[in-house]
Amino acid sequence: MAKKESTFINMVITLFVVTLLASTALGFVYEVTKEPIAKAKLAKKTAAIKNVMPDFSNNPVEAMYKIPGPEGYDSLEIYPAENNGKDIGAAVRTYSKKGYAGEVWLMVGFNPQGEIINIDVLEHKETPGLGTKMADAQFKDQFTGKHPEEYNLKVKKDGGDVDAITAATISSRAFAEAVQHAWEIYQKADKGESNE
Amino acid sequence: MSNLKIFSKGFIKENPVFVLLLGMCPALAVTSSAINGLGMGLATLFVLVMSNLVVSIIKNLVPDKVRIPVFIVIIASFVTVVDLSMAGFAPALHAALGIFIPLIVVNCIVLGRSEAFASKNNVKTSLLDGLGMGLGFTFALTLLGAVREILGSGSIFGFKFIPGDAILAFILAPGAFIALGYLIAIINLLKKRYAK
Repeated sequence: MAKKESTFINMVITLFVVTLLASTALGFVYEVTKEPIAKAKLAKKTAAIKNVMPDFSNNPVEAMYKIPGPEGYDSLEIYPAENNGKDIGAAVRTYSKKGYAGEVWLMVGFNPQGEIINIDVLEHKETPGLGTKMADAQFKDQFTGKHPEEYNLKVKKDGGDVDAITAATISSRAFAEAVQHAWEIYQKADKGESNE
Repeated sequence: MSNLKIFSKGFIKENPVFVLLLGMCPALAVTSSAINGLGMGLATLFVLVMSNLVVSIIKNLVPDKVRIPVFIVIIASFVTVVDLSMAGFAPALHAALGIFIPLIVVNCIVLGRSEAFASKNNVKTSLLDGLGMGLGFTFALTLLGAVREILGSGSIFGFKFIPGDAILAFILAPGAFIALGYLIAIINLLKKRYAK
């Protein structure tokens, strides 16, 4: 077969056909993968909530609502958890912009008294081996069972109670700030519920 | 050139990473562990084989002046297929490779093989070329990832054999350059020995 010549009409037809075929094929792939992608995302979220909340019997992902974040931040997501109709607290998806390399996203679980149950690190781009240690039990377990009213959510360098990770003070600071945001939002959420 | 030679040249003689020094961006950025390198390599392998196949089939239907846009549309479509499927079926790997999956579109090896090989050869040799180059790229990335993981975190494919930290620098960006430099030197040495 001889090679097609580069006339105007040939080029237009070729580009049109190629893009049409490509977009049709992609539309098909998108439809096929839509459900698994949604499922994978949901599974990730549910796993994170399960990590920070003790057994819940409701569906926190469905009960999720948003509350405006602190100044300069987007709305944060609250996942209320219930066990057979009894309020057992909520998980808050929170973040800080002050990480060493961008945003640090956490999932923080509070019990109804306001104590921190557990923290799960969702997403960050901190330095491997230094800032990434924020996900280790050694660092994040110091928050477990603490009440943010008695426990100053700042690193010790800034006059708070948080033991920073060696050589990763900025990451630790961002972590603490994200937890602080979660706490502020959780208080607002609590008040909102009692007003109803 | 015999079929075997076309297939095998991608491993050592014309290895995309160690000899041609193409596709350095993903090669340096994602190889912080062997499994990341392997995943990235396999994703690129798929795109390479599929784009080589399609380009060699349609090479006579595409007018010369619009061949580059057509190739790019084909490559971008296959990359999107990889991106969507990975997000749906291997979310953990997708999260680790992140932005570098969509960036396979601009990986010079893929367009380079389409332009330099598949657009001038028949379907069978183009397939062999894509397969060989892709496997060579996968081999290079896995090797680089393994070296960095062994030296940097004392583990291989996630299996830890030294407790605690190792030479952290190898996980970070400078370590990628150092490890790649030494690997290229070793490959060159081996090539010289073989030639004699």
